[in-house]
Amino acid sequence: MAVEAIGSSQRVKVAPWNDPVIRGWVFQIVVVGLVGLLAWYLVSNTMENLQRQKIASGFDYLGREAGFEIGDTMIEYSPASTYARAIWVGILNTLRVAVLGILLSTILGTVIGVGRLSPNWLLSRICEWYVEAFRNVPLLLWLFLFYKLISEAFPGPRQAIGAFWNTVFLSNRGLYFPVPMEDPIHKWMGLGLLVGLAAAVALHRWAKRRQEATGQPFPSILAGIGMTLGVPFVVWLAGGAPHHMSWPELKGFNFVGGTVIQPEFTALLIGLVLYTSAFVAEIVRSGILALHKGQSEAAAALGLSRGQSMRLVLLPQALRVIVPPMTSQYLNITKNSSLAIAIGYPDLVASINVTINQTGQAIENILIIMAAYLSVSLSISAFMNWYNKRIALRER
Amino acid sequence: MLNKIMAAGVVAVGLVGAAGTAQAGKDLDAVKARGQLICGVSTGVAGFASADSQGKWTGIDVDVCRAVSAALFGDSEKVKYVPTTAQQRFTALQSGEVDLLSRTTTYTLTRDTALGFDFTGVNYYDGQGFMVNKKLGVKSAKELNGATVCVQPGTTTELNLADYFRANKMTFKPVVIEKIEEVRAAFFAGRCDVFTTDASGLYATRAANAPNPDDYIILPEIISKEPLGPVVRHGDNQFADIVRWALYAMIEAEEYGITSKNVDEMLKSDNPSIKRILGVTPGMGKALGVDEKWVYNIVKSVGNYGESFDRNVGAGSPLKIARGQNELWTKGGLQYAPPIR
Repeated sequence: MAVEAIGSSQRVKVAPWNDPVIRGWVFQIVVVGLVGLLAWYLVSNTMENLQRQKIASGFDYLGREAGFEIGDTMIEYSPASTYARAIWVGILNTLRVAVLGILLSTILGTVIGVGRLSPNWLLSRICEWYVEAFRNVPLLLWLFLFYKLISEAFPGPRQAIGAFWNTVFLSNRGLYFPVPMEDPIHKWMGLGLLVGLAAAVALHRWAKRRQEATGQPFPSILAGIGMTLGVPFVVWLAGGAPHHMSWPELKGFNFVGGTVIQPEFTALLIGLVLYTSAFVAEIVRSGILALHKGQSEAAAALGLSRGQSMRLVLLPQALRVIVPPMTSQYLNITKNSSLAIAIGYPDLVASINVTINQTGQAIENILIIMAAYLSVSLSISAFMNWYNKRIALRER
Repeated sequence: MLNKIMAAGVVAVGLVGAAGTAQAGKDLDAVKARGQLICGVSTGVAGFASADSQGKWTGIDVDVCRAVSAALFGDSEKVKYVPTTAQQRFTALQSGEVDLLSRTTTYTLTRDTALGFDFTGVNYYDGQGFMVNKKLGVKSAKELNGATVCVQPGTTTELNLADYFRANKMTFKPVVIEKIEEVRAAFFAGRCDVFTTDASGLYATRAANAPNPDDYIILPEIISKEPLGPVVRHGDNQFADIVRWALYAMIEAEEYGITSKNVDEMLKSDNPSIKRILGVTPGMGKALGVDEKWVYNIVKSVGNYGESFDRNVGAGSPLKIARGQNELWTKGGLQYAPPIR
């Protein structure tokens, strides 16, 4: 920009083909045109070939009956549902494992990363071994290991391990536990949760302002948790406290009632979390080590405990180093969750694969799967970029 | 995923290529000039096609290849076996990598037409079945309500399964894993109550992969039609005829009681049908374009259909599959060969 600005202010007359501005534009138009031509060629060629071989195209199949069953669904689904719904089930399953994986691996990774810097020799060695073991073995092998451990080590449903007075059952079919019966009050309780959460955030902001102004601390975290949980509880009481539960019980082959966490999901989540935590730990460690030693010394000189100096002084500064590479790890979790297909968790890839096989419409399905992963990944990136900007060092 | 797309691409190229090669006799000439039949088989399904430690292939599908070789060359061992996976098999045949595909392949309309193939017969009438652990005490598939079922994705098996449970107003939970080895492992580890695939596959899995085969039973219900048979490319009708009648000859031989042990005595038979079949009365070989002793050669080296069945999958094998639908039509089964005359 700067060079152009100088150039334009003292414009020398040159032939158009020697003018760098015009030349720049011409080249860019040529490149865009070529890319456009290539895309047009690929698309039209594909369409023509599909037509010649009488391979069906278009997205009409999405409305047709899928005909296959899915073992683990978060929403109502049966073989009579449409392909679109089967794919939606897959997307939700991918999101479920990705979101939980991101939350858990952030927590575990931070603990391990901080642990590696601990002055306690044993603790830091254990954390080091953990990191080396998990990040140096392919994730797929960990998934196989955890899946085999769960399906081989746990007993069948008829010999299930019962716990808590036989209300919770663990077997190779998963962990069954009781849940409250469906009740209209649950919707209102969810609303109450959101209200409580908003109130807690407001309270925390107020407490922070007060502490900055007057120096008086307020236990806003505890109060916030109380509000978040308390509001839905009050709603529940106001709704007559319905307490009918759906209990799991052995009926025929499997447990019926309650709800279940299936082995495929568990193995995938454990594998993703343990594997990604190793990388997160290294990112956290590098973030902390990037800080000047004077920061922790100054914190100590102020009389802060190790925990306080970590929480109040070191981590907030380290976050600026940590967040950008963390974004990549979050994206990795989301994309790595597609390894689910190896151990039979019905994620997006599994739904799409079956759909391709049954409809023969590979191109449309690949487009759907790419669009789905792209939008999830871009959303994560956008959120992390926003967060990064928020915590960035503000120059005053 | 990528593999599938590439496979689809190769199939497409193969289809275009196949259209140009539709002239009679080309495939047969190539086989004769080579002096060897190239036969596509499974990568290893006990009883159907599997190689031993010396690399010798045996199985009921392998016997079809051997019979064709015997009819063509008078020697059942002039065959090169090419193991193919379920995904590669059609590409291998379309591209000419194999002359003949004899690989537990279900005869369907799409495959017979759109893929550019000809099925030449059915060497095994199969159907989808269920295998369960005896400990469950289940005697019929109708009792499987609420069961967890291990199945391979993207197959007709998966759809048949859902249809069957819906039709019988039952529910099930599928465990769907892409690799068949992992599906089997999950079933034998007890992750599922039921394993479903073609009944022949169930018998083979039980015999070859179960920690203790006696612990498992295959339920009597067969929920789909899966006629398995040899396949050739469209276009060379003479070669297709030879493959078709090589299999029919084995069935016909069983019907007339001609076995590998008595075939030499049968040459002296007075029965005009047997004389015609074995080429004592000439004509059949000439019509087919092979040696007049073609059936003799097949039965002598490979045996008749019943012998092949017993040796590979029946009573004389570890699989112990009953003849059932694969019994001759004269004994209440479906195996029926048009007359050799």
